[in-house]
Amino acid sequence: MSQYLSPSDLDAIWLTLRLAFTTTVLLLLFGTPLAWWLAHSRARWRGAVNALVALPLILPPTVLGFYLLVAMGPNGPLGRLTSEIGLGALPFTFAGLVIGSLIYSLPFVVQPIRDAFIAIGPRPLEVAATLGARPLDAFFSVVFPLARPGFLTATVLGFAHTVGEFGVVLMIGGNIPNETRVVAIQIYDHVEALEYTQAHWLAGGLLVFSFLVLLALHTLNDRQAQR
Amino acid sequence: MSGNSALCFDLALDLPQLKIRAAATLPATGVTALFGASGSGKTTLLRMLAGLEATGRGQIRLGASCWQDDTHKRRLPTHQRPLAYVFQEASLFTHLNVRENLSFGLTRARVPDRTIGFHDAVDWLGIGHLLDRLPSHLSGGERQRVAIARALLAQPRLLLMDEPLSAVDADGRDAILDTLEQLPERLGIPIIYVSHSIEEITRLADHLLLMSAGRLIADGPTNTILTRCDLPLAHGAHAGVVLQARVVEHLAHEHLTRLAFDGGELLVSTVARPIDVSARVRIAARDVAIAMSAPTDSSVINHLRADIVDINDDPNPAHCLVRLRVGKAVLLARITRHSRQRLALQPGMAVWALVKGVAVR
Repeated sequence: MSQYLSPSDLDAIWLTLRLAFTTTVLLLLFGTPLAWWLAHSRARWRGAVNALVALPLILPPTVLGFYLLVAMGPNGPLGRLTSEIGLGALPFTFAGLVIGSLIYSLPFVVQPIRDAFIAIGPRPLEVAATLGARPLDAFFSVVFPLARPGFLTATVLGFAHTVGEFGVVLMIGGNIPNETRVVAIQIYDHVEALEYTQAHWLAGGLLVFSFLVLLALHTLNDRQAQR
Repeated sequence: MSGNSALCFDLALDLPQLKIRAAATLPATGVTALFGASGSGKTTLLRMLAGLEATGRGQIRLGASCWQDDTHKRRLPTHQRPLAYVFQEASLFTHLNVRENLSFGLTRARVPDRTIGFHDAVDWLGIGHLLDRLPSHLSGGERQRVAIARALLAQPRLLLMDEPLSAVDADGRDAILDTLEQLPERLGIPIIYVSHSIEEITRLADHLLLMSAGRLIADGPTNTILTRCDLPLAHGAHAGVVLQARVVEHLAHEHLTRLAFDGGELLVSTVARPIDVSARVRIAARDVAIAMSAPTDSSVINHLRADIVDINDDPNPAHCLVRLRVGKAVLLARITRHSRQRLALQPGMAVWALVKGVAVR
């Protein structure tokens, strides 16, 4: 293996997986209540929140990265907050990258879950309540199992999309080994250095990975639908 | 347990297209039918009782426990009200099989004592052979049976049923109605049954709430409401009365059964029930004729001495609706105005009621 992938390539892969895993877990944790609110709220500004959540889908990653960099900078609101509570500066750190990824991958996690909640509708929850289930009980015993395909899609898309992140990382993370140098950056470096063989191995790996992930997703969802 | 658990409510809700204003006190046991046209607010009222309408306000009290009192800012959430709700369309959890659906309510019962066991409910509803199936592999009637069993297993102190048979075919409906008829005796709790089928109501309900445009326009024993000529029920195509009778005698070689009610006796086709067991009898207004003397030359076998209470207009101008008192019971007779003139019928007159058709339940 190491004749094809250099130690720094392996470091980049490991870092990428850590970033994608952390981001996906955090997004599922915070994205689920947000998706619930978007599916059930009748607040007037729900439309605005929906639009904000979808924004990373169409915004160039450099725009997103630029504003994040400004916000996290020593004079930005986020930067001042983190230095005040003793976390130091976020740009060019793994933590900064996680925050960037959370925003960048937000729609890929929130939208499938929100759509699953909408598809389930209010009835199963009402039935659960009339049978004595507390709201949290009803969520875990009824809503979550029914929304499982949505959660599966959200997990896979959130993970895969974070793995493929480039523009935002370049803007706020730079290129620090074991801290912010993810696979996409590593490929860019190889190409810059005209190391096409190395670039091929990483790029091909990413291609195969993405295809397999999507294939697995569709297979699982088909199997669920047949039940 | 059920001695004082009558249900009282006084509720209000403003919807864009309908204002609900409803107050009533219902008997502590037995079926109360909530009857009215589509869009009159029946389902919404039922949902308010269950606490499913967030903006519904007012008071709800079941026996000694207060479920909702907005003047004191008290409002039990749905999952804390010891009720069960059977929805109009099958609402089984599709990710659980029948057994798991049934257990869902049983394990979450909100009362200290479980009086209805898993096997009781399965037997009553006849769903023992379905336990391992998923809801997607059940017929409409089977799904609704499971939904009813699941509701009973939640050990409710109040059972709310919203047109549970509307999505069930005619055969299935009859079989489920047979089961539902037994429920009041088995449960001893108030049951509210929303329906717009006169047949279902006359088979099940002891008490009737009539709803129109968001308001309760009548509230009383089923037969009283059915025979009140100021209410729409007495004028529909299915107008009639329901009498409580009991089996007196079986006439084996004539294949007839003699029933006694509060005003006399009726001969009907053999009823497969032991002597002294009660039977609910429905007599449609169009099946009652009036004669001035006891007919001796008629094929109609049921003749009852009756007094005319009053004579009312019918929507059909050729007809009028005569209320008859037979002993303590009231019958309705739909006759032509022509006959009324010819016989010179007046309130207070003593006549004979000829009953052509009797449906026994």
